[in-house]
Amino acid sequence: MTPLVRRRDYQLIEEIVNEGARVLDLGCGEGDLLLSLKRYKKVKGYGIESNEDKVAACVEKGLAVHHGDLESMIGVYPDNTFDYVILSRTIQEIRNPKKVLNEMVRIGRQAIVSFPNFAHWKIRFQLMFEGVAPKNPALPYEWYDSPNSHYLTIKDFYRFCKANRIEVLRAEFFSGYSKISFWPNLFGEEALFLIKRR
Amino acid sequence: MEEKVFVLTHKALFEEGLALESGRFIQPLEIAYETYGELNPDKTNAILICHALSGSANAAFWHRDARKPGWWDVYIGPGKAIDTDKFFVVCSNVIGGCYGSSGPTTINPATGKPYGLEFPVVTINDMVNAQVKLMDYLGIDKWLCVVGGSMGGMQVLSWAFHHPDRVRAAIPIATTMQHTAQQIAFNAVGRQAIMRDPNWNQGNYYGSTPPYQGLAVARMIGHITYLSDEAMNIKFARRLREKEKYGYDFSIDFEIESYLDYQGDSFVRRFDANSYLYLTKAIDYFDLSSEIGPEQMEKVEAEFLLISFSSDWLYPPSQVEEIAKLLESYNKDVSYCCVKSDYGHDSFLIYNKQQERLIKGFLEHLMSEVEK
Repeated sequence: MTPLVRRRDYQLIEEIVNEGARVLDLGCGEGDLLLSLKRYKKVKGYGIESNEDKVAACVEKGLAVHHGDLESMIGVYPDNTFDYVILSRTIQEIRNPKKVLNEMVRIGRQAIVSFPNFAHWKIRFQLMFEGVAPKNPALPYEWYDSPNSHYLTIKDFYRFCKANRIEVLRAEFFSGYSKISFWPNLFGEEALFLIKRR
Repeated sequence: MEEKVFVLTHKALFEEGLALESGRFIQPLEIAYETYGELNPDKTNAILICHALSGSANAAFWHRDARKPGWWDVYIGPGKAIDTDKFFVVCSNVIGGCYGSSGPTTINPATGKPYGLEFPVVTINDMVNAQVKLMDYLGIDKWLCVVGGSMGGMQVLSWAFHHPDRVRAAIPIATTMQHTAQQIAFNAVGRQAIMRDPNWNQGNYYGSTPPYQGLAVARMIGHITYLSDEAMNIKFARRLREKEKYGYDFSIDFEIESYLDYQGDSFVRRFDANSYLYLTKAIDYFDLSSEIGPEQMEKVEAEFLLISFSSDWLYPPSQVEEIAKLLESYNKDVSYCCVKSDYGHDSFLIYNKQQERLIKGFLEHLMSEVEK
């Protein structure tokens, strides 16, 4: 059996997702999350992935994956097709996050979004005192080769949800494997939100 | 260097014949087929390969007198994508073809002469219904997988939609659910080239000179649609054929002209003009989307792996993706991959590492599920 990749956001998602649920993973990469959800939660899982080699890796794992651009695919599905639509560490890379998030809560009864928090203190520190584009384990790229085109913070995400009639059912903040509860927008390296349409 | 393994084409005869969609019959029905590998005791490792327009039952390994191995030898064999050490692989010649199965070149028992145009027009579904007979004859209840590209891909779709209980998985490649006006147009010009050749003689040319000129032109048109602009630029560009400068006449100047000429001429030596008419017609009639309603969609059980090629403009990625989206809208187990390749529609026939990886990975996973 393929060994599973462990990531804190994956652990949380496994915790959240119900047994046997229908799950769509947007930007599923090589299918690590889907594989563990399939194995431990017996989900019926689908992935969308734009990188051909990663699609092939998913097929080798026996996963159902659609090679394509998630932003053009997401409109294809009828309302409430999935129990969960997942966007894990991908929101910062997509062209139109507003459209995608609204589609996610349309095609999924619930949606799970995880992203690196751009207001983490180390990032603020790097920008303020070093005067360089920030880097950390969740944002490891140089400014010139980063796939990220949108940077957001935990506070930004709450604001977005409020403005778009999206309800936050659960929010988790963490740095590496440690849970952060105190002042998350300053001390949380990453965030994970469980949301649904209001 | 791989050692040559020789194989034979077998024949199965069905005296009862086959009822066709048109209401006509083929009687008796003859099917030419080859098998590679061993059927396991549970009969769960059988894979059917469906060939494209000019293919035959010889999908892999060698025939004694051949200059080349079977048409998909790069993907079928020990350790290859479709591993003959693990799977029992079957490939049969389609009905209407000219490589051993019933077709216009078959002797009509009523007249003692080749059928010619007396042979009934067949459809893709008819081809598959003939394969169902072969499947029963071989004692196989369910294919582990049905695989094929182009016209072969249409057969794969017909299997999965019309015989859902007999297919565990399907790999349609570089194909479509519905032949479009443009695709019909290319086939129509090919048929016209044949039928306007005086030697065609309403299909009665057996025993005299066949319509070689028409068939060669039909093949040349086909070859243009199998390649891509990139592929032609890579292979030929504007290079001249055995010349330093233009001839300023109408002999062959360009490499591409010479290539098409060669493809046309070599094809007429191995293919029957009437078969070309029958098979292209079957392809043109193919319109699965008009045959399938929500009820049939619900019944589809197969897991799918759909493959397209980025530079294929004959059966473009969008048409393959459309099949994937349709299946996904019915919650089927579907994977779709558009493989980057410069070689146009022909990509599915030539060695491609990604296609190999996809097919191999998909089949190995399937087999592990079956063995559970």
